[in-house]
Amino acid sequence: MADTAVLAAQAAASADKARPGDAALAARLDVLTLPEGGFTRAAREDAAQRLQAMGLPGPRDEYWRYTDPALFNAARPEAAEIAGDSSTLFTEIERLNLVFVDGRFDAAASDKLEGEGVEIENLASAEGRADHWAAGLYGRLEAAGQQPVKRPFAVLNTLTASDGVLIRVTGRIGRPVHITYHRSAVDADVSLHHVVKLEEGAELTLLETGAIGARSNVVLEVEVGKGARFHHVSAKRANDPKLGIGHIFARVESEALFKSFALTVNGRMMRNEAVIDIAGDDAIAHIAAAVLGDGDTGRFHHDDTVFIIHGAERCESRQVFKKVLKNSAEGVFQGKILVKPGAQKTDGYQISQGLLLDEGSQFLAKPELEIYADDVKCSHGSTTGALDETALFYLRSRGVPKERAIVLLVLSFLADALEEIEDERLRDDILGRLEDWLTQRAGNQGKA
Amino acid sequence: MLEIKNLHVKLEDEDKQILKGVDLTVPAGEVHAIMGPNGSGKSTLSYVLSGRDGYEVTDGAARLGGQDLLEMEPEQRASAGLFLAFQYPVEIPGVGNLTFLRTAANAQRKARGEPELSAADFLKLIREKAKTLKIDSEMLKRSVNVGFSGGEKKRNEILQMAVLEPRMCILDETDSGLDVDAMRLVADGVNALRSPDRAFLVITHYQRLLDHIRPDVVHIMANGRIVRTGGPELALEVEQNGYGDLLAEVG
Repeated sequence: MADTAVLAAQAAASADKARPGDAALAARLDVLTLPEGGFTRAAREDAAQRLQAMGLPGPRDEYWRYTDPALFNAARPEAAEIAGDSSTLFTEIERLNLVFVDGRFDAAASDKLEGEGVEIENLASAEGRADHWAAGLYGRLEAAGQQPVKRPFAVLNTLTASDGVLIRVTGRIGRPVHITYHRSAVDADVSLHHVVKLEEGAELTLLETGAIGARSNVVLEVEVGKGARFHHVSAKRANDPKLGIGHIFARVESEALFKSFALTVNGRMMRNEAVIDIAGDDAIAHIAAAVLGDGDTGRFHHDDTVFIIHGAERCESRQVFKKVLKNSAEGVFQGKILVKPGAQKTDGYQISQGLLLDEGSQFLAKPELEIYADDVKCSHGSTTGALDETALFYLRSRGVPKERAIVLLVLSFLADALEEIEDERLRDDILGRLEDWLTQRAGNQGKA
Repeated sequence: MLEIKNLHVKLEDEDKQILKGVDLTVPAGEVHAIMGPNGSGKSTLSYVLSGRDGYEVTDGAARLGGQDLLEMEPEQRASAGLFLAFQYPVEIPGVGNLTFLRTAANAQRKARGEPELSAADFLKLIREKAKTLKIDSEMLKRSVNVGFSGGEKKRNEILQMAVLEPRMCILDETDSGLDVDAMRLVADGVNALRSPDRAFLVITHYQRLLDHIRPDVVHIMANGRIVRTGGPELALEVEQNGYGDLLAEVG
């Protein structure tokens, strides 16, 4: 496309100023093809301009101090072997299943895109249309979430996304929508952009599982309308040596509920960012993550960077982040509660905890509170520590073998994060999976 | 049942000798009490017997039914029939009390080559034991010791003892933090477990617990040694005169 070639040339030219990632950005834009028209065209063009001005991040950017963006900046991902896919997570639950392979919607493998009170399409099929309900959201919540901190990879995603799902919910659909990702090419570089809109009083549970690509960049834009309820549970496939960056941009209207939980079990390098704008009074927004990282098969680095913005009265927010780290694994948490002027009676809570199972691992936390209202309750805590020796002794003194006792204590450590999954079936499924994985690894190490 | 000979123990990280030659034998079917002032080494003795890290045995031996305790991991000692009721039972959020008890009971059965209990059989067993300790099903469902009062924690320790059926029970200051009613409930639980095949070692500061759990033998520990051994009347002597006189007498 002529216009992207021009952008690429501009990016290359501005490389004189030696912005980090400019050469990589030029190379990526060079191979980009924008759609001819359709409802995302304007947002993609706007993203191209914004990205041009912003550039890709470098290690001196304030929110990239603990995570090196080089692998995300690179023009192409390195090949990453595909872990065996034995995932049966949520398969016992009645759900609407959507399958993506290497970042493309697989209609044949998916359920029929229909249900009462819900409209579902995939982005690649829908975006040729000029008029679409998602036009007001695609790239718009992302753009709004660029203040006060730049999130260049989300802009890149708006510009380059090849597919995604568009879900508009008007009622209460009885079954969760489950996005299942598969990898088939070892070097797939995948950009997916999902847009979800819950109309007033609607309810949706969105599940995501699997491995997306050798490198993935996923944006989820969610608008939770008045009194609506949105539950999100994602579990990335264990042990897949993938590289991933994800963004959630949410706007939560009055009396609405937003809850998101993410499980990460090994992998290579992940960064999850979230910008949750609580825009209406009496709304609730919770975000939680449980992370288990073992660097024994290579590097493990996991970063959660979360912004919760309170812009209305009597709203509640919770951030619960727990990371279990072993064999030089690195965990990062950057979390902010921003209370705007007038957001009185805000109840904000944030906890981030690292459990280090050996001395080589590290957990880096940067909790921030920024409060411009005078009648609020905000608290935050962060701890980093080893397993509690007294608790370990207590369990062993009752006859529980050491390996099993460690599994129980790790699950105990993660319990608060798992509690954030409201649906018991989903929670039990994840808990069972975690326990199996921990037990299996404890067994492997016992043999070694 | 329990045989301790010339046990010398120091802290692993510090050059501090805590036990300086403890000799103690507790035969099956008997209840022995160890009393003594703070810092005399009573709790250390209970930890060393159950295998807690941080201590180094420099001399001596400890056997349970002829087996060398000091060579075993804590979980092996438990499977061999040793149980320590903690002075401060540990809270474990997110792990259900029932799950914990079943995991422990089945781990011990497995270690001894016995068949594991089914969920239904286990539930039946535990309900029966819980009833006598006035532990309701709500307490069984909650996370281990989380949100339990002092009395509930100690009752939960005795419940574990009842379910795991050890042959050697050590109670470390089980009376601390208990009011009279709670102490009676705990003592009743312990007394119900007394049997000719089972021995108890009750560690306590005060005589009052021994009003409820009547010991056969009372030992006084001071400065890392057993300095006096006698009948239940020794506990009364401590109660009336304090440790000062007694220790002065021993020299």
